[in-house]
Amino acid sequence: MPHDGHDHDHDHDGLSPSGHPYRKDNDGPLTHWQIMEIAVRELLVEKGIATPAEITAQVAAMDARSPADGARVVARAWADPEFRARLIADGSAACTEMGFAMDGLKLVAVENTASVHNLVVCTLCSCYPRNLLGLPPDWYKTRAYRSRAVIEPRRVLAEFGLDLPDSVTVRVHDSTADMRYIVVPARPAGTEGWSEADLAGLVTRDCMIGVAVPKLPETVSA
Amino acid sequence: MTSLPHVDPPAFPPPYPSAAPRFAPGDAVRVATGHAPGHIRTPWYLRGRVGRVERICGDFANPEELAFHRSGLPPRALYRVRFTMKEIWGERAERGEDTLDAEIFEHWLEAAEG
Repeated sequence: MPHDGHDHDHDHDGLSPSGHPYRKDNDGPLTHWQIMEIAVRELLVEKGIATPAEITAQVAAMDARSPADGARVVARAWADPEFRARLIADGSAACTEMGFAMDGLKLVAVENTASVHNLVVCTLCSCYPRNLLGLPPDWYKTRAYRSRAVIEPRRVLAEFGLDLPDSVTVRVHDSTADMRYIVVPARPAGTEGWSEADLAGLVTRDCMIGVAVPKLPETVSA
Repeated sequence: MTSLPHVDPPAFPPPYPSAAPRFAPGDAVRVATGHAPGHIRTPWYLRGRVGRVERICGDFANPEELAFHRSGLPPRALYRVRFTMKEIWGERAERGEDTLDAEIFEHWLEAAEG
């Protein structure tokens, strides 16, 4: 018998004619900022400043940015010591050199070592190197992450599955103003001779925020 | 009693230089305790805390002015300041020797002993 067994010969609130519950959609009223976005967008089009196609293309360009771009930067730094030095000295210049459009983003690359682990947060809002890594994960923008990352970073890391020994200093970076941060994790042992493309495959978004470290495929399972 | 972190000065020239910075890497600085209305980029949890300048980030328009459609000029020197977790959270710190770096504008900083 379909569904929960009751008959379907009368109207049900919240059920489609075929007896399925309606999925929630954009059912609530528009928020203030949604209304403002629509108003500004329509004005830009009406005044001939931008076309709908140009706006869509810009959204698509932002959506096309992904952590894979940052992973290529990290892999290049692992494979090329001179590039690594340029990345640490001037993150944006090094990424521009690889062809990534920084658009004024001022990137600071911070490096994990045997004695230092870096973690990035923005306690004031959700600053993130979007030009290089794409949109931040939802948890990065939550009050829980933003407050706990500066108060108890080791517990936060442990919840992500990363237990650090006391011999490692945790260095939290609160992205409070004009810089944006990327963590350059330590290159895993056992990757000697790997291609940059294979190395980049080890570098996840979470590694570049600092809540994870790269792992070789065989050590991921278990 | 303040707890100051170790800072290695940057081994490279700053990519975004500052015209006339008041502080240099390694200097001990105290974050102002004041309160001001508006768009402040100095987190509450760092006010009154003492750290060391880690690097000079450059000169940037003042966000407290920019947020109100003013020019924010002349630009202000921006620093990355490193604090120990012990300095920030006291005995409640998860591990006092761990550190935190934050970007603080010069007008929120005063020279400190250390």
